[in-house]
Amino acid sequence: MNFLVVVEVTLRRGIADPEGATIERALPALGFSGVSNVQAGKSFRMNVEAENEDAAIEKATALAERLLSNPVIEDAVARLAEVHAT
Amino acid sequence: MTRIAVVVFPGSNCEYDALSGVESLGADAELVWHSTKDLSGFDGVILPGGFAHGDYLRPGALARFSPVMDAVARFAEEGGAVLGICNGFQVLTEAGLLPGALQKNAGLKFLCHPTTLTVTSTDSVLTAHATLGQELVIPINHFSGAYVCDDETLARLEGSGQIVLRYVDNPNGSRGDIAGLANERGNVVGLMPHPERAMSTLLGSADGRVLLESFVAARVRA
Repeated sequence: MNFLVVVEVTLRRGIADPEGATIERALPALGFSGVSNVQAGKSFRMNVEAENEDAAIEKATALAERLLSNPVIEDAVARLAEVHAT
Repeated sequence: MTRIAVVVFPGSNCEYDALSGVESLGADAELVWHSTKDLSGFDGVILPGGFAHGDYLRPGALARFSPVMDAVARFAEEGGAVLGICNGFQVLTEAGLLPGALQKNAGLKFLCHPTTLTVTSTDSVLTAHATLGQELVIPINHFSGAYVCDDETLARLEGSGQIVLRYVDNPNGSRGDIAGLANERGNVVGLMPHPERAMSTLLGSADGRVLLESFVAARVRA
């Protein structure tokens, strides 16, 4: 089976996020009020060949921890986007 | 004569400065491509500044999987002197050869100017010839130079004298004003400032010489 998996990488709590903070500070000037805790991060989409959903998530999580994120400063979460018929 | 390998990744851009820096101090230096798997015969290895593999994903994230990095890890394990400058420092942290990580500068600005550093430990291949408390003017040139680590790591680094250089006026938000740090044995060192660009008073500063002199003279292999 082929699964479309999305991996989101965000900075761990306590790690300064100057990008998120800058975006948040820009919002009031554009008329957006009441928006807080803006976090900047990265999103990766990929097709993952696996036996089932759990195996696909497991594979994506493993590669996210090894390559897509730096566990010293970032958290990575993999989730299923949709299933491709193959 | 000391033989030093300067590793060239696709996207490195300070390799000639590093090469000429250590050559001017009497070392026999050689550029080696990142696909090299053998560093035998060298006394020291420099990972130079630049944008290895385009800095895609994160600075150093892809470079740490370049074939040469297994050889660098073995070389370090055997006690060889390893120096990561700027992007090279980022590669060493990504590879786990030095603790912590380098994050985007606090002000989100690319910083390119001279900085004043204090030598805070001489127990490393980079600072052995310097004196404790000595101030050095050395330029920085980076976007991701804010050193981060957890409280436990910081306490350990402070206690063990692994923090070898600190900024006098922290330019990028680095934890503990850390500009350069060593591993426990002191044979692997990384720093964000560029000592190879501070080799001549004609070009602003010669304060990098004492650092590269230490590195060229290093014979750690215990």
